[in-house]
Amino acid sequence: MRYFKKLVRPYIAWSAVVIIIPLIMMLLYAFTNSGNSLLNIQFTFENFKRFAEPVYLNVFLKSLKLGLLTVAICLVLGYTLAYIIAQFKESTQNVLILLVTVPMWINMLLRTYAWISILSDNGLLNALLSKLGLEPVSMMYTDFAVMIGQVCDFLPFMIIPIHTSLSKMDKSFIEASYDLGANPVQTFFKVVFKLSIPGVLNGVIMVFLLSISTFVIPKLLGGGQYVLMGNLIESQFVSVGDWNFGSAISIILAVIILFAIRWMKKVDAADN
Amino acid sequence: MKRLAKISMGVYVALCFAFFYLPIFITMIFSFNSSKSLTKFTGFSFKWYQELIENQEIMSAVWVSVSIAILATAISTVLGTITAIGLTRHRKLVKEWILNVNNIPIMNPEIVTAIGLMLLFTAMKIDKGYVTMLLAHISFCTPYVITSVYPKVRGLDNNIANAAMDLGATPWQALRKVIIPMIKPGIYAGVLLAFTMSFDDFVISYFVSGNGVMNISMIVYNMTKRTNPTINALSTIVILVIFIAVAVVNIVPIIKRKKVTVHEKNN
Repeated sequence: MRYFKKLVRPYIAWSAVVIIIPLIMMLLYAFTNSGNSLLNIQFTFENFKRFAEPVYLNVFLKSLKLGLLTVAICLVLGYTLAYIIAQFKESTQNVLILLVTVPMWINMLLRTYAWISILSDNGLLNALLSKLGLEPVSMMYTDFAVMIGQVCDFLPFMIIPIHTSLSKMDKSFIEASYDLGANPVQTFFKVVFKLSIPGVLNGVIMVFLLSISTFVIPKLLGGGQYVLMGNLIESQFVSVGDWNFGSAISIILAVIILFAIRWMKKVDAADN
Repeated sequence: MKRLAKISMGVYVALCFAFFYLPIFITMIFSFNSSKSLTKFTGFSFKWYQELIENQEIMSAVWVSVSIAILATAISTVLGTITAIGLTRHRKLVKEWILNVNNIPIMNPEIVTAIGLMLLFTAMKIDKGYVTMLLAHISFCTPYVITSVYPKVRGLDNNIANAAMDLGATPWQALRKVIIPMIKPGIYAGVLLAFTMSFDDFVISYFVSGNGVMNISMIVYNMTKRTNPTINALSTIVILVIFIAVAVVNIVPIIKRKKVTVHEKNN
């Protein structure tokens, strides 16, 4: 019993250094102003107050809006696909789910890069439009482009948990529902969907987490003017150099995610 | 009616997969294009592959990505596995504490983890570059190894290892010959996860690296400002390697199973 206890020690030390200390440092930066030394440290809420300025609040609202929209689109598209996949026989299901996961293994930057060549002004989609005799549309650097990139990258994270809970479902519940006189629509909403809620919550949290904190997709497909929470953090550290404000935004982002997870867990618990 | 439903279901699945795979296939096709055009295929050539191999910057990024992924995977697998084994021997309180801390990097947005590590390395005055990238990768890969190995260890009967030691095995032998073989599937899952997490990483590498040390993701990020078919060539190679790896990982167990059943039949 006691022999292997010590094996945990390296990780306790390691995680204290690479997980706990960075968080403490981030908090320190967020609650102080630049030019402080550790000896005469002065705490302030200024960085958080600054976030309430309209410019930054708008960035926050835009991120939230885009995040929720991505979640909604992924939920509708992903649920439908997961549901259809779950209707196939098991060996086909395994192949289809594998095909859903393969793109996840491919570098996200490379996949986003591929969309640039499709969506750009002299890209494939516009070439196709002009062949059909239609006016070219400028798609790059719009909400549409960012949305396409996000949905394409994050959709698998929605499909897999939903498919898992759908395929684990006891089919006799559905039969029972029909036997008791429910029509297909009632059966779906009152039985199937309810039983798949754990998977849905998992997927929703995953996609929300990814889309609210991303800064690569908006930067590549949305252009330099396209600022979301992630881009704001990046600019504070890389170009502006205001680490205190950047840390404060990072903390706000982490807290949002924490609350989202808490809330989802509550919903999940209340549902059971 | 039923046929119509079936057809529309098939069409939906096809459309979804087209959405996932079309960008990938277009990248692959245009990597063999003889001109820079992204819309007209002017002829087949290996021109961009040659440019890729001759491009010092890209090749060193490939080396950085591969070597960091291998080192980070090896180190985080060992660290994560021994931690998972040790964890099951601890009281509930300690266990939960460690697992909660372990969950922080998994739950936190990547950019927050990245900023934290960057602040740490700056405070410790470690020069940003290969070493910081490696340390960062170990730190975000290990939690995933622990979460995939820990459930397997928890499912083990402690008495088995104890029995081995009662029979004269040293703790090290018990670990190597009894525990590790039984949790192998969890370790393999951890290795796979750690490797892909490390190989694909952009956000964390972007913040903790410096002095010109770049991995594949970072080089792609820097090159997207203008169209560059060498990136398509690089993409194609990465995609092919992943397809082959996924195929091998998924087909090998099937072949093995078949061999076993053939073997059983022969006996």
